[in-house]
Amino acid sequence: MRANTWQAPKHLAVENVPDPKILNSNDAIVKITSTAICGSDLHLYNGFMPTMEKGDILGHEFMGEVVEVGKTVKNVKVGDRVVVPFPIACGNCWNCQHDMWSLCENSNPNAWMQEKMMGHHCSGVFGYSHLLGGFAGGQAEYARVPFADVGPLRIPEGLTDEQVLFLSDIFPTGYMGAEMCDIAPGDTIAVWGCGPVGQFAIASAKLLGAERVIAIDRFPYRLKIARERAGADVTINYEETNVLEALKELTGGVGPDGCVDAVGLESHAPGIEGWYDKAKQSMRWENDRPIALRHAIMSCRNGRTVSVIGVYSGFIDKFPIGPLMNRSLTIKSGQCHVHRYMKPLLQHIMDGKIDPSFVITHRMSLDDAPVGYDIFNKKEDECLKVVLSAA
Amino acid sequence: MATQQTIDNERLLPVRRGPARAPRIPEKFADREVKPAPWHSSDFVASEKDPVTNFLGWFSIGLGLAEVFAPHAVARLIGIDDEEHKTLLRAYGVRELAAGVGILTRPKPTYWMWNRVIGDAIDLRSLSNAMNTRGSDRSRLKMAALAVAGVTALDIVSSMRLTSEASPAAGEDPGSYKTADTDSDNVLAAVVTVNKPIEEVYNFWKDPRNYAQFMDQIESVHPTTGGLSRWKVKAPAGLAVEFNAKVVNDIPNELIRWTSVDSENVDSTGTVRFKAAPGNRGTVVTLEIEYKPKGGRLGAKVAKMFAAIPKTQLKNDLRRFKQIMEIGEVMKSDSTAVPGMHPAQPPSRKQMEARS
Repeated sequence: MRANTWQAPKHLAVENVPDPKILNSNDAIVKITSTAICGSDLHLYNGFMPTMEKGDILGHEFMGEVVEVGKTVKNVKVGDRVVVPFPIACGNCWNCQHDMWSLCENSNPNAWMQEKMMGHHCSGVFGYSHLLGGFAGGQAEYARVPFADVGPLRIPEGLTDEQVLFLSDIFPTGYMGAEMCDIAPGDTIAVWGCGPVGQFAIASAKLLGAERVIAIDRFPYRLKIARERAGADVTINYEETNVLEALKELTGGVGPDGCVDAVGLESHAPGIEGWYDKAKQSMRWENDRPIALRHAIMSCRNGRTVSVIGVYSGFIDKFPIGPLMNRSLTIKSGQCHVHRYMKPLLQHIMDGKIDPSFVITHRMSLDDAPVGYDIFNKKEDECLKVVLSAA
Repeated sequence: MATQQTIDNERLLPVRRGPARAPRIPEKFADREVKPAPWHSSDFVASEKDPVTNFLGWFSIGLGLAEVFAPHAVARLIGIDDEEHKTLLRAYGVRELAAGVGILTRPKPTYWMWNRVIGDAIDLRSLSNAMNTRGSDRSRLKMAALAVAGVTALDIVSSMRLTSEASPAAGEDPGSYKTADTDSDNVLAAVVTVNKPIEEVYNFWKDPRNYAQFMDQIESVHPTTGGLSRWKVKAPAGLAVEFNAKVVNDIPNELIRWTSVDSENVDSTGTVRFKAAPGNRGTVVTLEIEYKPKGGRLGAKVAKMFAAIPKTQLKNDLRRFKQIMEIGEVMKSDSTAVPGMHPAQPPSRKQMEARS
């Protein structure tokens, strides 16, 4: 089959690779119809995630048709149209049974690697380094999906791929980011990053009853989508104005009630702070550039919550623990527990409360994946979300 | 009666009359000198510094002063050309002064004492260089080198003593928890929590034929007669080692212990313990393997290198055991389904065949 493979930082190739096989009895093989490039794929593309190997198949946002099932699979059958959640979760361990699917205790065969770097391990993830299991990804014609009884969500007829594809990651991730802010009536929520996840965090904060949502980015086209499509009330371009002061002015001096970091490890800042972290990261003196996270903490209203859904890989520098501790802030974070949100969010889509396809700016074929990564990474051509068609 | 009550009240209630006054120091202590707060720990510890260390501190100061202010005299004394070396001697003098001040003022001058040892090494090296330089007085140089060597010995003894002295508050606490391998080279332990009832977990371990499913090192375990079992264990270079083991202790839902009976190099004892996790969260399984190598300490090291399995591997064994209990099989990813380095791609048919 054809698959988009990682060769080296900023070098991808669509290659012919062996077809996936059933490896565990609860596996399913899915013939992929649509797959997307995630902002977090760019961290792999740019070489910031350790344990990538030449030939790794990328992609963790995909959907398609079940073409083969393992001998214990009961909940899906050949011919079903499914969306696959990006964390691989067994459904039987304590964490899965307590709705913390991205912390599945059984799905990562390379758990020992992650334990060495992170203390404890997380679930396996499709196409996201060997640290997260070494699973082939979904930017391919076919994918092997473990725990077919647990993860894949059957899609009712009448919905297009583009409407439901993002249930695999970015819509639930944005939703969880907003939900972690414990939104109460009257709350103002600020969202750092107007990439696809940020857009869904904005839209979700609105769905969850936020009084006002403030979106922060540096690309006017993304801020425009945040205002016009996601429902942000106010946008701030951090290259034009001081975010901390602007947020104070907009909130009567107290700061936003919830601050969502939808940026993660490659954040930018004008001036010295941006250069400082760029230099440190390029010399590997810190894994991640935590600029948005710092600003979210500094801006947050006393006693409220900073919600981290942007991806971080390791260790950072100049973490504002003093402001966090002295001002009684709470940090909530996590890889999205996608399984928790898929059905309720599908219901939102079916009820017409949201059409997630609003983030799509580019549609390409699987063979053009390397081009898609390039323009998405460079934010060329007002790129926000690339969907690849594998059919 | 009434009068009596009035007096009592007056004694009980503190009644302030007039502005507060500074507490008066009683006459008999008035001439006492009061040490300004806060007291520094060095006030106590410095006086307890051993005399050798103190002497070396003053020695540094003396030598440093001589080198800085009278480099010519020092040069003549040790038998080197004075004009040529005065700057170098002054630099060495500054080093000595710094070390001396450090040693005399720090309560525990470990760092500064080692600094002296390094300085000694530099001095000895410089003196040996000077031996081969024209215009040097060989016999004086030899005397100087001998003197430095003597002081070096003192420096090393004092430094090592300071290093070995723990800080006074630290030390052994027999009441605190230590990992199983803290005090022993021969013990490996790992623990996992399984989301299953204790009886089910115990019954799985009860049958030694199950071990090969999750223990990487084990090829097979077969029960034989008389409570014994035959273990076939993978060894380096594709070899296999076989030995017999017997169960020496078996307490249902609590513990199983087995020990090897006729192994050539190493006696090993394995203990698996079962305990209900608090709050009905499954079963905690602890696996401890103890190696008793035949052949003393050296044997222990050799066994650790070749026979013993690394801790990560033992943890992975338990992880696979947990997978078998919770999901019925060992979890595989595209890259881990076949042995060796393999990108996250579906394995080829050839690789799959090679595996089986």
